[in-house]
Amino acid sequence: MAAEGKTIDALSQFALSPIVAGFTNSNLFMLVAAGAISALMILGMKPRAMVPGRLQSLAEVAYEFVAGMVKEQVGKEGMRYFPFVFTLFMFILFGNLLGMLPYAFTFTSHIAVTVTLALIVFILVTAVAIAIHGMRFFGYFFPEGAPVALAPIIIPVEIISYFSRVVSLSVRLFANMVAGHVMLKVFATFVVLLGGLGSLGVLGALAPLALNVALVAFEFLVAFLQAYVFAILTCIYLHDAVHLH
Amino acid sequence: MPQLEFGNPLILSQVFWLLVIFGALYVILSKVALPPVASVLEERAAKIAADLERARALKDEADRAMAEAERAQAKARAEAQAAIRAAIERAKADGSKAQADQAARLAKQIAEAEARIAEARAKAEAAIGEVAVAAAQAATARLIGISPDLARVQAAVAEVARS
Repeated sequence: MAAEGKTIDALSQFALSPIVAGFTNSNLFMLVAAGAISALMILGMKPRAMVPGRLQSLAEVAYEFVAGMVKEQVGKEGMRYFPFVFTLFMFILFGNLLGMLPYAFTFTSHIAVTVTLALIVFILVTAVAIAIHGMRFFGYFFPEGAPVALAPIIIPVEIISYFSRVVSLSVRLFANMVAGHVMLKVFATFVVLLGGLGSLGVLGALAPLALNVALVAFEFLVAFLQAYVFAILTCIYLHDAVHLH
Repeated sequence: MPQLEFGNPLILSQVFWLLVIFGALYVILSKVALPPVASVLEERAAKIAADLERARALKDEADRAMAEAERAQAKARAEAQAAIRAAIERAKADGSKAQADQAARLAKQIAEAEARIAEARAKAEAAIGEVAVAAAQAATARLIGISPDLARVQAAVAEVARS
């Protein structure tokens, strides 16, 4: 993981390696994230206390945070989809946060993973819309009251924007996580390389070290923020699917 | 960039395991983990609402008792003031009656006294006439040695008294 030799190797941290057959290091951390989430929600809620302790508070805060988001964005009837949004939010949040641990693998930095999650959202949202509105769902691509003459322009634009949800959802998360981890790695490598240049180099290494401290704090913010963005966009799409505008 | 090496079969197997793990997590959370959280939160909200309701009821009761006490106090005060006013009125009435009695008694005594004085004066005036007649008879007898006729003396005295 550390800088090998005298080069900056920021990308090897993203390399997949098999653990058992097709089960990769990335999947291992997915499993850890899923286990941690389940443990938090099941063991944390075990006391069922009227006045919650720390772990129960954490579980309740997570629940109420996502429940509030779903209620606010989709409405009361959107609570049907709450377990899905909660799973999505916690999975991405724990993936991002676990990635902050040294030697950990950040599975949200893989475009294949983020695209899969975005596709799950996309398919679910489309299925919900068609299940609720049937053929009227296709009216979504042509706003009521718009001049019919503009249909050849509006409909393709609406369809492209609908499909680009997958791209924007997945690329946003992927790019944020990759950029953050590349920067952390690059500045950390600077510290090591400068530190190897004698006493003046050690002094010079203080600057990238300080920057890396700030970056770590910033990456914790990004870890939470990107999970939040993913979840809230999912809620907004669900709102569109349930209410059609 | 390892993420974009789509020829790598591990990318596909990673996605396969992602679907398995994500699906399992969804089932665990939606079937096992989340319902208890919802029930705990609902129980707590219900308990808080019930406690608030009870507190409101108790407060209403306290307010009612307070109003009752205030009303009783106001009533007692009004009664006390009425009693005081009545006592003052009664005392005033008694006083004026006593005063009137006293005045009447004094007036009666004054009237009796005046009557007695008038009677005494009348008697005295009558006596003065007789005394004057007797004195005139006695004086005439001593001075000129004759005893004048009573009727004449009386007439003379009356004439003198008139002048």
